[in-house]
Amino acid sequence: MAIIGIVYAMINGTMEDVNQALFESADEAVTLVIGLASILIFWVGMMRVAERAGILRGLARMFRPIVQRLFPEIPENHPALGYILANFSANLFGLGNAATPMGIKAMEEMKKLNQSDRASNSMITFLVINTSSITIVPTTVIGIRMEYGSLAPTETVSTTILATTITTVAAIVIDRMLRKRRERRST
Amino acid sequence: MIQWMTVVSIWLVPCMILFILLIATIKKVPAYEVFVEGGKEGLHLAISLLPFLLGMMVAIAILRSSGALDALIQLISPVLTAVGFPAEIAPLAIIRPISGTAALSVTTEMIQTYGPDSFLGRLASTMQGSTDTTLYILTVYFGAVGIKKMGEALKVGLIADFIGIIVSVIIVTWIFL
Repeated sequence: MAIIGIVYAMINGTMEDVNQALFESADEAVTLVIGLASILIFWVGMMRVAERAGILRGLARMFRPIVQRLFPEIPENHPALGYILANFSANLFGLGNAATPMGIKAMEEMKKLNQSDRASNSMITFLVINTSSITIVPTTVIGIRMEYGSLAPTETVSTTILATTITTVAAIVIDRMLRKRRERRST
Repeated sequence: MIQWMTVVSIWLVPCMILFILLIATIKKVPAYEVFVEGGKEGLHLAISLLPFLLGMMVAIAILRSSGALDALIQLISPVLTAVGFPAEIAPLAIIRPISGTAALSVTTEMIQTYGPDSFLGRLASTMQGSTDTTLYILTVYFGAVGIKKMGEALKVGLIADFIGIIVSVIIVTWIFL
């Protein structure tokens, strides 16, 4: 991406803008990580308490039938399932801040199962569900709509939920198809 | 229903914390010590995340500021309009999986220009809410655990985004027109 951008800037004569953007974005990334650090410290700490208290395990056991089908590689009652569920539920309620640390912990647990620097099947499934977004209440968008005087700021909630559901299901199906193809190739 | 959902969202976090601490107390887990221990890990995670995030954000910034992204949008837009896609929405559709902040500003701009209750305003709102920034999510999650071979995650993520965009257009057309 960076190569395309720089080469394009050479042709387009926008080198000055690129220079400026380079350092501005680096700065922005540091600020973003500092913002992330506060929520990561808080939620990873909190989730550690939850894990010790056995809450994650309990959560994993409760929803086992559904999650087990999505993530067949993860053993029963493994803490990874608890973190995955915590991430999904935080996402559902639009709590993106809380969802990220839980998702990262889920990834860590899945890495322990996998022990390689290559993405495992469960990781791909997990991230694909995350990227297709599973929010019920898109709070930011509602906020913007209200700001610009919408008569019904929440009227797009139904269309969003519908679109999200279809996309997520499609993502899972595509992921499954590609996984089958991968497995066929490796055998 | 929506009001109810917002109330749930506000109450959920404090109640969750209360629940966790209560159970921990009942099970005699030393909550504060465990929290600090986990918090240290969180800090470590944040720091190890920085190089990945910085690299991606700089790359995207270069792409945007050089004008290459706009050129790409101009290149793809006619193709999208040819298949009956509203031309005004094309930039948002292309930028949504790449940059969350950029997509949000495009959405805001569209709502501002066309009005939140117009067809385009509704479409932009739906599109913004129904998919997430694929590139950012993959960078953060894979970066945090140090995975460099993403496998087919990016491919599936982008295909899903594409489906999401098409589905948004169809649904908004069907419900509001």
